[in-house]
Amino acid sequence: MSDKEKLSTIIDPDELKKEIMAKYPGKVQKKRSKGFVVNDPKDESLEIQANVRTIPGIITQRGCTYAGCKGVILGPTRDVVNIVHGPIGCSFYAWLTRRNQTRPLTEEDENFMTYAFSTDMQDSNIVFGGEAKLKKAIKEAYEMFKPHSIAIFSTCPVGLIGDDVHAVAREMKAELGINIFGFSCEGYRGVSQSAGHHIANNKIFSNVVGINDEKVVDSKFRMNMMGEYNIGGDAFLLEDYFKEMGIELVASFSGNSTIESYEYAHKVDLNVVMCHRSINYIAEMMEKKYGIPWFKVNFIGAHASAKSLIKIAEYYGDDEMIKKTKELVDREMKRVEEVIAEVRPKLEGKTAMMFVGGSRAHHYQELFAEVGMETVAAGYEFAHRDDYEGRRVIPNIKIDADTRNIEDLTVEKLDEQFRPDLQERKAKLEKSEFAFENYDGMMPEMRKGALVIDDISHHESEELIAKVKPDIFCAGIKEKYVIQKHGIPLKQLHSYDYGGPYAGFQGAINFYREIERMLTTNVWKMVDAPWKEEPEIVGSVVTEYC
Amino acid sequence: MKSPHKTYTATRNACKLCAPLGASMAYKGIQGCVPIIHGSQGCATYVRRYMISHFREPVDIASSNFSEESTIFGGGPNLKMALTNVGNQYKPHHIGISTTCLSETIGDDVPQIIQEFRKEQPDLSHVGLAHAATPSYCGSHIDGFHHAIVAVIKNLSDKTLKNDKIVLLPGMLSPADYRYLKDVFDFMGQDVILLPDLSESLDNPHWHDYKRIPDGGTTPQELFEIGGSKGFIQFGDVFNRGASANTVSKRKIETPGSVLSDKYQLKGKTVGMPIGINATDRFFEAVLEMSGKQMPERYEKERGRLVDAYTDGHKYVFEKRAVVYGEEDFVIGLTEFLSEIGVEPVLIATGGKSNVFESIIKEKLQTGHQPKIMTGADFEEISEQCKDVNPDFIIGHSKGYYISKQLNVPLIRVGFPIHDRIGGQRVKHIGYEGTHELFDRIVNALLEYKQSNNAIGYKYL
Ligand code: SF4
Ligand code: SF4
Repeated sequence: MSDKEKLSTIIDPDELKKEIMAKYPGKVQKKRSKGFVVNDPKDESLEIQANVRTIPGIITQRGCTYAGCKGVILGPTRDVVNIVHGPIGCSFYAWLTRRNQTRPLTEEDENFMTYAFSTDMQDSNIVFGGEAKLKKAIKEAYEMFKPHSIAIFSTCPVGLIGDDVHAVAREMKAELGINIFGFSCEGYRGVSQSAGHHIANNKIFSNVVGINDEKVVDSKFRMNMMGEYNIGGDAFLLEDYFKEMGIELVASFSGNSTIESYEYAHKVDLNVVMCHRSINYIAEMMEKKYGIPWFKVNFIGAHASAKSLIKIAEYYGDDEMIKKTKELVDREMKRVEEVIAEVRPKLEGKTAMMFVGGSRAHHYQELFAEVGMETVAAGYEFAHRDDYEGRRVIPNIKIDADTRNIEDLTVEKLDEQFRPDLQERKAKLEKSEFAFENYDGMMPEMRKGALVIDDISHHESEELIAKVKPDIFCAGIKEKYVIQKHGIPLKQLHSYDYGGPYAGFQGAINFYREIERMLTTNVWKMVDAPWKEEPEIVGSVVTEYC
Repeated sequence: MKSPHKTYTATRNACKLCAPLGASMAYKGIQGCVPIIHGSQGCATYVRRYMISHFREPVDIASSNFSEESTIFGGGPNLKMALTNVGNQYKPHHIGISTTCLSETIGDDVPQIIQEFRKEQPDLSHVGLAHAATPSYCGSHIDGFHHAIVAVIKNLSDKTLKNDKIVLLPGMLSPADYRYLKDVFDFMGQDVILLPDLSESLDNPHWHDYKRIPDGGTTPQELFEIGGSKGFIQFGDVFNRGASANTVSKRKIETPGSVLSDKYQLKGKTVGMPIGINATDRFFEAVLEMSGKQMPERYEKERGRLVDAYTDGHKYVFEKRAVVYGEEDFVIGLTEFLSEIGVEPVLIATGGKSNVFESIIKEKLQTGHQPKIMTGADFEEISEQCKDVNPDFIIGHSKGYYISKQLNVPLIRVGFPIHDRIGGQRVKHIGYEGTHELFDRIVNALLEYKQSNNAIGYKYL
């Protein structure tokens, strides 16, 4: 055991928490303590505070509601022109900054992802209203591209001056004859991006999903994938697996996707959910309305991917598919095991921390575990309690003003399109402990004494690093240079540091290699100049094996 | 000649950023200053992300985190809480506040809120507070930058200490540029106050112990000396005239220079961005005149080497056609330089909309060239115009990359933001040395282009 490993086990997590909290003034301390939990996977009464407002002046990595709606959910969809209604910055900053990839089927296929449309409001629009300008912008976009659809995103000032983007959308839709819809996703509406996900889910569900019932979708096995955003080409790998299994992927919400495919996305037999936080709403609503079952999958980590693929095959219950899937898994796992055997001895016993997203901080723990690394602290940026503690706590989650702000759609069963056959299949499978509508969250899978921290602040991450000295820290670009100044390598799990894909089997291999590279770099050895009298080892990660 | 291009209502791929970004960048150049953006948290997060991906450094900017409630009852309580928390956690010398479109639309009275905060938090009375109103519907990032400097002068500076220093207001340039300027004054033996001083705080070395507030920036001592200094020199022909990147607002804007003159009766000189030999000569002349110092031999030589390089490289750049875009003052500087080395700037574009851009460009052009000049332009308009002008290269920040890709011509990355290459903070643009680097980069990009588009593969050019 290296000194550092000892350190991470010697430290008493409760003491550490006390120390970190002690630096906050009373009120802040009280609030932050609830979002900073020492884990015990067996203790069902353990609660974490999540999805509450960040305290003003405490620096957060969270974005706004608009970012969640436009950037996350609608960002990766290529056949929609996204018009940001507001002053210029909001649009500019969301212009092609996520690394979603897309693959139009032909050269002529629409792809508007590279555009940043904005009404670029000026003071006269703020004073006299911006609806007229918005209408003009919509007409322009229509004339320029004749796009499949147009979406309008409201930014903060819009809500305040009272522009009715929905009325504008309806009017323009009637006039231009394409689908046009607006989102009331002003940045202040919610606690974080998460509110924007919900708002996006609602609108996509009510204005897009199911509007094309004519389209013939008649392959034998049909599925939607949800909550996969095709960062670094993750979805492309998964699409290949599904193809090999004989499944038609009808729509993906929303990596490598089109609005057009959402319109007939109700013609599937199954929805699988990757990122529970951002997309569970649509999955739930589709089940209510159309009777399509959903369950949670995870394609981050080779073992998790194998399990998820086999579960999908078992759901369909088709012998041929099960056989093909097992072959696929065996073939791929062989390659994966070879790399693990090579990499694991170098990484075994190292520690990781990850603070990111609404599902990644959970999913990536599997990948690290496969190479023998332990996650000693983790947390989300914009998740809710169910993402930590599991869906079982949903009925107990306190509804605060921010949550109430976002409409919960009332969805009713649509008799003519409802699929009782799928519900029967679900009931049958449930008897054999096949889980649907499931997500157990991050906490049950982390060890006792690990720290679970929601919306971690700079102060907290600095202290954690100083005291626990993890070997690697996973977060995003905003934390990257802070953490690296501490001498700890940071792996970006939003944009993958321009690497990837990391999903599925090849993705797992890519990730192991990447972590090996990061933990064996020579850089940290050079921190101290040779003429320094007592060299301090700053990034002690490397000294053992290179 | 102003080209008759079709005007659009929507902005498609903007060629400007928003005002709190510029303000926060300027505040980062004040020692011990933590910026707060007063509005919803998304703006601060986006601004941080943008600055971080350019500078690749920690960039802490706090937010007053508006909720729906704040949009109804005002953001006072949130701002006060943000000030308190930043004050306690960072122990800053100053806090630099800029407002967002939201808090401005609501009409928050920030000076009033600050007064209340002062009463309620006497323990933080030592923390200086600067406040700039920076709604982005009244200007772009470059306005924000200037407003923040104005705020620093008004709220944080003084003239308690009489001195022989020169105040230098360089504007939005890279840390490498700021370091160059510091060296110039150092070498001349003339004390200088850089306002702001971006030479270090956004390009830090690796640290042993983490620093919540990076080193560097205009010091509190220097802020006290501003009013008692010898005078000031400011870079830029547009914004220092009180123009805004937004003509719609028609407000005559206070400039750092005008405030220095009004508040302290300081005399100042305005020179353009010192890019190219002529512009750098004017800068040195201004410094020599104000300081009474001699031109150091070192810079004579630097200048000489640059002239030598111009003659060496002339055959490669002469009559090449360039598209240039970015902030107005910066573009004006680049244009003068390009025209000086024999490049024809065929399309000169800015997202700003000041009234003075075109006329200044025309003054600066040495040849009889008639470039297309676009103000209030976005990248789609630039892209459309590019098809007619047939450029050999494009010069500007990373956002224009897609145009260079469409046209298959090199992009010389300058200015802000550069987030698709490493080292944006170390790109030097100004002085003889910065010009020299820029010149070499342009020539080499053209040579490389020639080589890689040639079947034979000449290795002797
Ligand atoms: S609201 Fe204004 S300040 Fe905020 S990001 Fe948008 S343009 Fe910038
Ligand atoms: S103004 Fe609102 S919508 Fe725009 S970036 Fe800021 S918080 Fe987000």
